[in-house]
Amino acid sequence: MAEARGPLLEVRGLTVRYPGPRGGAGGGLRAVDALDLDLAEHECLGIVGESGSGKSQLLLALLGLQDPAAQVTGSVRYRGEELLDAAPARLAALRGRRLAMVFQEPMRALNPYLRILTQLTEGVRAHLGLGRRAAAARARELLATVQIDAPAQRLRQYPHELSGGMRQRVMLAMALMCEPEILLLDEPTTALDVTVQAQILELLRDVRRRTGVATLFVTHDLGALAAIADRVAVMYAGRMIEQAPAAELYRMPYHPYTVGLLGSLPRLDQPLDAPLPAIRGQPPDLTALPAGCAFAPRCARHFAACSTRPEWRSVTPSRQVACHLDGPAAAVGVGP
Amino acid sequence: MNGAAAAVSPGGSAWRAAWRQLRARRSALLALGVLAAIALAALLVPCFSPYDYATPVWTRIFTPPTLQAGRIFGTDALGRDLLVRVMWGCRISLLVGVAASLVSVVIGVLWGATAGYLGGRVDGLLMRTVDVLYCVPFIPLVIVLEVLFGRNFLLVFVAIGTVSWLDLARIVRGQTLSIRAQDYIAAAQALGVRPATMIRRHVVPNLIGLVMVYATLTVPSVILFEALLSFLGLGVQAPLASLGSLVADGAGEMQANPYLLVIPAAFLAAIILCFNRLGDALRDAFESHRG
Repeated sequence: MAEARGPLLEVRGLTVRYPGPRGGAGGGLRAVDALDLDLAEHECLGIVGESGSGKSQLLLALLGLQDPAAQVTGSVRYRGEELLDAAPARLAALRGRRLAMVFQEPMRALNPYLRILTQLTEGVRAHLGLGRRAAAARARELLATVQIDAPAQRLRQYPHELSGGMRQRVMLAMALMCEPEILLLDEPTTALDVTVQAQILELLRDVRRRTGVATLFVTHDLGALAAIADRVAVMYAGRMIEQAPAAELYRMPYHPYTVGLLGSLPRLDQPLDAPLPAIRGQPPDLTALPAGCAFAPRCARHFAACSTRPEWRSVTPSRQVACHLDGPAAAVGVGP
Repeated sequence: MNGAAAAVSPGGSAWRAAWRQLRARRSALLALGVLAAIALAALLVPCFSPYDYATPVWTRIFTPPTLQAGRIFGTDALGRDLLVRVMWGCRISLLVGVAASLVSVVIGVLWGATAGYLGGRVDGLLMRTVDVLYCVPFIPLVIVLEVLFGRNFLLVFVAIGTVSWLDLARIVRGQTLSIRAQDYIAAAQALGVRPATMIRRHVVPNLIGLVMVYATLTVPSVILFEALLSFLGLGVQAPLASLGSLVADGAGEMQANPYLLVIPAAFLAAIILCFNRLGDALRDAFESHRG
């Protein structure tokens, strides 16, 4: 209770490192590099970044589910309690109960040999000690919450009998079974087609309205985030480069990379044959990052200072950026 | 048209899907039928036959197969009815085969799945144990056991059991490693499912196809093992017979009375053949389900 005013989840200097082939200093890479973030109660924080920017690695590390080869350092505090060195039993007790996760690929994240009922109720039966019938009743309730018709029948089916959208709803229901405080969403809409994406986003908003669950929404889709996130953080090469309230970030991005991301969204008000702006160059090779700012080689605005690593600094009380530029980067291609 | 209908899975569990596949293979059904018939006969014939497997009848030595008095397989060197003895042999061989396979499946699956799922030091310890057990020479082990504990049918189980689960443990461990990398394992871990439950509920059911196939192929190899032991006189205690000891007895009379060798050997061959065919068909069935 003493920590009641602190953030629900506080991440400091989180680093996920994969040692090189010989485990020595040479080679190896940092999938997540000295990352800070806070998640307040009931808040939705969006994390956006390209493929390979370390978004999924971040989520897995929060739950202690990183690859066995990875070395995780830094600090992850849930209500003040350090999770990185927590005992396995304590982690298992928190996972699914307080922090629940929805995976990217609903096709692969359900066990093909188990009925929906078994998988949905696994968590509540373990965490809350519900009996078979009470758990099944709760499962039906949750399937109704995620707007699946005929829940009683669905519970008896196997994953391959459900469509992709339905499976993602089931995954969401599964995550919500124990009424967690933090929901980790790993690109929950990426594997779905656009209309289903919209439905799932609407569902997520609805669920958040009803339950007030704090949400960490990881995606590469800035459009999806605009619809749901209170704050947006941008990751690049495992580092946090900008973090701001959603509306401010979209209106006035500070980091040139954020500017580029926003600029490369297709826009309805542009002529159809106008070329789609893209950030030039390739996402960086994590094993051979430049010494300074990781984005510098692709940055149109880079200058001498960029050969040193920019610090993570606050530009206003509510927003931070890691860039040597003083003011907001020019809003290239971003309309009013 | 048929192919298109089969491609769209009508739903249900992996079991039902595999059964559908199996049913489409006529030779597998035939193998299943032959096995069922032999098992049924082995169970019933000794109960209803007027003859028993143990009592010598000195007036009836070496009666060739005849329809008279129901001695369709004839009698052996002690005048005992061969039909009853062969049926007893089938009983023993099937019992040993199925029971020892079950034991080896249970141990092998738990051992391999635990090693594969937990990994690290536990994995190393469990699998090195398997490696060590692989080095134990089998036949000398049986002889030593029998010298120490006397002729005991249970020893045959123990001896076969100690070796036959080793292969399975290795195969299961490999499969578990690939299952472990699946997203649904991470998803279940993210729900807070504990390791013991993970293995029981998420890993083992996904092994079932593989294990079914392997178990079906273990049964005939165990039966052959037992036959080998009995042939060497290390198996069942006379006057009880297994197919192996009957073949051994028959081999001694091969010149004068070939039926004593041919009949039990035919049953042995039929059982082995049917189990092997069934195992192959099961592998196909579970593979096509996976794909």
